[in-house]
Amino acid sequence: MKLMTCPINGSRPISEFFYGGELRSMPDPNMVTDEVWADYVFHRNNAPGIKCEWWCHIPSNSWFIAERNTLTDEIIHTYLWGEVV
Amino acid sequence: MPFRLLKFALSKEHPEPRMFRQPDRLKSNYDAVIIGGGGHGLAAAYYLARDYDIKNIAVLERGYIGGGNTGRNTTIIRSNYLTPEGVKFYDESVRLWQDLSQDFDLNLFYSNRGHFTLAHTDSSLRTMRWRAEVNKHFGIDSELVDPSEVQKACPMIDMTCGGHAPILGALYHAPGSIARHDAVAWGYGRGADLRGVEIHQQTEVLGIQIESDRVTGIETSHGTISTPRVLCAVAGFTPRILDMVGLRSPIQIHPLQAMVSEPMKPWLDPIIVSGSLHVYVSQTARGELVMGASLDPYELHSTRSTLDFAEGLAAHMLELFPFLSHVKVVRQWAGMADMTPDFAPIMGKTAIEGFYLDAGWGTWGFKATPVCGKTMAYTVANDRNHDLIQDFSLSRFERYELVGEKGAASVGH
Repeated sequence: MKLMTCPINGSRPISEFFYGGELRSMPDPNMVTDEVWADYVFHRNNAPGIKCEWWCHIPSNSWFIAERNTLTDEIIHTYLWGEVV
Repeated sequence: MPFRLLKFALSKEHPEPRMFRQPDRLKSNYDAVIIGGGGHGLAAAYYLARDYDIKNIAVLERGYIGGGNTGRNTTIIRSNYLTPEGVKFYDESVRLWQDLSQDFDLNLFYSNRGHFTLAHTDSSLRTMRWRAEVNKHFGIDSELVDPSEVQKACPMIDMTCGGHAPILGALYHAPGSIARHDAVAWGYGRGADLRGVEIHQQTEVLGIQIESDRVTGIETSHGTISTPRVLCAVAGFTPRILDMVGLRSPIQIHPLQAMVSEPMKPWLDPIIVSGSLHVYVSQTARGELVMGASLDPYELHSTRSTLDFAEGLAAHMLELFPFLSHVKVVRQWAGMADMTPDFAPIMGKTAIEGFYLDAGWGTWGFKATPVCGKTMAYTVANDRNHDLIQDFSLSRFERYELVGEKGAASVGH
């Protein structure tokens, strides 16, 4: 069973977690063109590597950041948003 | 037979003819290069050589022929999709499938079984009625049937699914079929090879050369090639190739797992799919059950298998077929599915001249193999998108013109 460490609840089975996608910064929709907005909404560079992602521990509804290697599925760090490792 | 086998094993030369040649080195120049020696890439090579007389082609394959998603899918062929774009496209594909064996002079074990998509709730029954109407409008054999028809076609099914998900009806698609998937790649490979196409296995693409937004060549693990046209048909590796040419896309990679049971006497004629229970299953000519479920829940560029998957799928299988409780699972595997947000492919020309995409084939690529080959060959030969793939271009996202295909397999809807 694969485990993930929730910054609040500790090590839990990965099936208790929900994947929320890559951490990205949103442009101001009122200030950018439709093309830039579409690029933000849809497009990614999805080549494998170490990514910062949103994850949620479902039973406690705790959202946090995980640094994960999307090629090897190795979870490097997990921390609450705004915390520095 | 054993003697013949022994002789074959001891012989230094291969007495049986090979499906295709193994060229020893790459040439310095090709009219077109196809990255990816799966069904889609080989089909495109085949139709380019056969229909457009473009024969100076190299197909580059990182691994071996049939080792990627072509040999990892659950071999189901159908066209009862939900959107008009999808229905037209897959229907053309089903038509091509039907005489492919003859085209290749190779037995693909194309077996017409009939395809039931079970409804366990009123809302899924409603979606199926909609799907049936869209399908019928385009002349596709697709109808809503009541539970007695399901029971008749598949007497071994538990119509109550353990009491908690009774079957209320099903979408029945008579042309639904299965075929031997690796033979499809070999058939196209042999056909292309006979017409002069070179198939290079164990040849990895390391970079793509671009000058003023035009493709000029490819760097591979076996040297550099110059070429004006590159078709990228690499399924789960698409983001890595797009990264080489600096294009962004909505494609996200999720593993899609499947497993197979030990062989048993034939008892399951149709293909049975249940979206609510996340199961699709068919019985092969050898008697094994080929089973699949839904995508893995998070992005991963890997073909690892998980026990969670096997347990979850087995539990749902037992809800449908409780008598299988003592049957063993013999193999489990995964493929990398290149998922798009609207569950439709990304095909055709791109912002880079001479760089063509055949991607975003997620969980629905095998059934589309022939029509993808045909339409991509047209697109590469004429440098113009084929009519059937107009709606599938990469630029549809920046125009907010998504396709919205919800009839795809293993997608919760």
